[in-house]
Amino acid sequence: MKLIWTFWACALLSLSAHALDASMAERTRACTHCHGEQGKAGPDGYYPRLAGKPEGYLFHQLQNFQQGRRQYDLMARLIEPLPEAYLRDMAQYFSSLKVPYPAPALNASGVPATVLARGKQLTLEGDASRGVPACVSCHGPQLTGVTPDVPGLLGLPLDYLNGQLGAWQSGQRRAHAPDCMAQVVKRLRAEDLMAVAQYLARQPLPANTSPVSVRTLRDSTPTTATSDRTSTWTCGSAPGLLGAQP
Amino acid sequence: MKRLFLALCALCVVLAAWVSFDNFADGVDTQAAVATVSPTADVVAQGAYLARAGNCVSCHTAPGEPPYAGGRALATPFGKVYASNLTSDVATGLGGWNAQHFWRALHHGRSKDGRLLAPVFPYNHTSLITRADSDALFAFFQTVPPVARTTTAQELRWPFGTQAAFAVWRSLYFKPATFAVDAQQSADWNRGAYLVQGLGHCAACHSARDALGASGALDDLSGGVMPGTNWYAPSLFSPQETDLAHTPNADIVRLLQTGRGAHAWVSGPMVEVVQNSTQHLRVDDLQAMATYLQARAQHALRDGGAPAAAQPSRKASVRSVENGAAIYKDHCAQCHGDQGQGKADAYPTLAGNRAVLMPPVTNLVQTLTYGGFGPATHAQPQPYGMPPFVLTLSDRDMADVLTHIRQQWGNTGATVTEFDVNRVRVLQAH
Repeated sequence: MKLIWTFWACALLSLSAHALDASMAERTRACTHCHGEQGKAGPDGYYPRLAGKPEGYLFHQLQNFQQGRRQYDLMARLIEPLPEAYLRDMAQYFSSLKVPYPAPALNASGVPATVLARGKQLTLEGDASRGVPACVSCHGPQLTGVTPDVPGLLGLPLDYLNGQLGAWQSGQRRAHAPDCMAQVVKRLRAEDLMAVAQYLARQPLPANTSPVSVRTLRDSTPTTATSDRTSTWTCGSAPGLLGAQP
Repeated sequence: MKRLFLALCALCVVLAAWVSFDNFADGVDTQAAVATVSPTADVVAQGAYLARAGNCVSCHTAPGEPPYAGGRALATPFGKVYASNLTSDVATGLGGWNAQHFWRALHHGRSKDGRLLAPVFPYNHTSLITRADSDALFAFFQTVPPVARTTTAQELRWPFGTQAAFAVWRSLYFKPATFAVDAQQSADWNRGAYLVQGLGHCAACHSARDALGASGALDDLSGGVMPGTNWYAPSLFSPQETDLAHTPNADIVRLLQTGRGAHAWVSGPMVEVVQNSTQHLRVDDLQAMATYLQARAQHALRDGGAPAAAQPSRKASVRSVENGAAIYKDHCAQCHGDQGQGKADAYPTLAGNRAVLMPPVTNLVQTLTYGGFGPATHAQPQPYGMPPFVLTLSDRDMADVLTHIRQQWGNTGATVTEFDVNRVRVLQAH
């Protein structure tokens, strides 16, 4: 008897979850028209994928567009009047989607090995001389992001990565204060940013593309990494990260 | 010659004295002993409700900031004005004000220190608010948690931002007013008129502004393009636009509650009005507003005689017709349906839709260009949306698909030309 009830409860739950998904898919057509399922190139640039990104990260980006910390007129206009509760629903919905990633469009050819080596170094080890932590120390050991607030860095095209790093450096893209990403990017030279983007754009996704937990991040931090150990990074957009890095 | 000069000088002095008297001699004694009884919870609740009716929050809140803390930039053709802090903070908000100061701001358009307020604040409308309602509003704002946020200085081009310019402007356009009950009309009509002309400040958008930025009379709802946003606030009288004369009262109420009426849905800046203001109003107040608006529309119809015949328009070329149909099929039909039938509460019906058929194409072009979501309301907390098409459709494509939806399924709107679309798009310059 108990089993039957459990079965029905499960069936109902999955049904309601499905109904919510279906209706949110419909409600967010204005989003997916441009972003597509896996991200999509448009006439004026690249619209990154939304599926499977950490919920807090997506919510913060919606807020950033609404509050002027990120600049893209069409995006800002579209979501301008939407209340916070709905933005959270949207973030939760897109975060819950499981959509496979395409293989990277680039291979190792076409870019000097030294550039890729520098990109790899910055990604995995950082640059202690500049006080720059490794990408992996916040974005996850496999760069798939950290729940709930830190995005993955893989599966993004080179142009988009370059564009975003450039925007961080010029102050066009910002996050909630204290803006740790801006601090990191501003410590790097233009050629370093280019090297990181070139490296990241060529990395295949691991088998498990889900963002990891803060605990996993903490446990995985490579002890050999020469990351910046002196600074205490506090990130306004990822408060849970505090103390997670080396 | 010398006498003429002297006469001119004397005239200037007299004019200046009159303008000064006209603006500053309002006789409000801000030192007057103010009742110290703290307002009852009912009065505060009433004030909160009236603040909703006035949609104060939309202008007096910056994106991402606490409500009523001010700071939102309001663009005007003369420069930017930043909305003030209405929270109970003593140094930067209304915490240091008394009810007399507040009344003088609403009724006479002057700040606590006596400065003339920029007429972006629609005090021509708030002037109609009764003293009791002003006091209730004040009581409510005194309960809004204090937020220290100094109001950003206005950025109006010289001389538009000077007190002298405000004074002259006010002498030309502003007279403190008191709402006069029209005994010939029902109580509902009068309540509606009070809300529409006063707190609701509907004419601030729904009437055309002149070269000095003045909107029409308090009860002029004949439509106009909103400067700074490039949206057209339709005429609430015209049978070609909102046709309120023939819209059932319940349908007007539903539009104000949900943003969706039987023959048109709100778009653009009205989304925010429904979301932040009208959806929160009591049904009896919405019915009163509907009663008033409908009576005015019917009156205008009687005065204006028979509705104008369908406007003559050039026939679209075969190529445009084919292009419009193809674009509709590719980009629109999925949501709005093969026959323009729309989808329940998600996507508006285009067949017979007044917003589609309305002669000015401004809002159609804006919607197609930027997309948008419906208002988030109690009834629909997760509204559906339309994506922007500015990157995928050229002016020509937009004209063709708009012509398509205006001339299919029994619709008989005028042809939209590439020039019509372009004329709206060029005004978009920020």
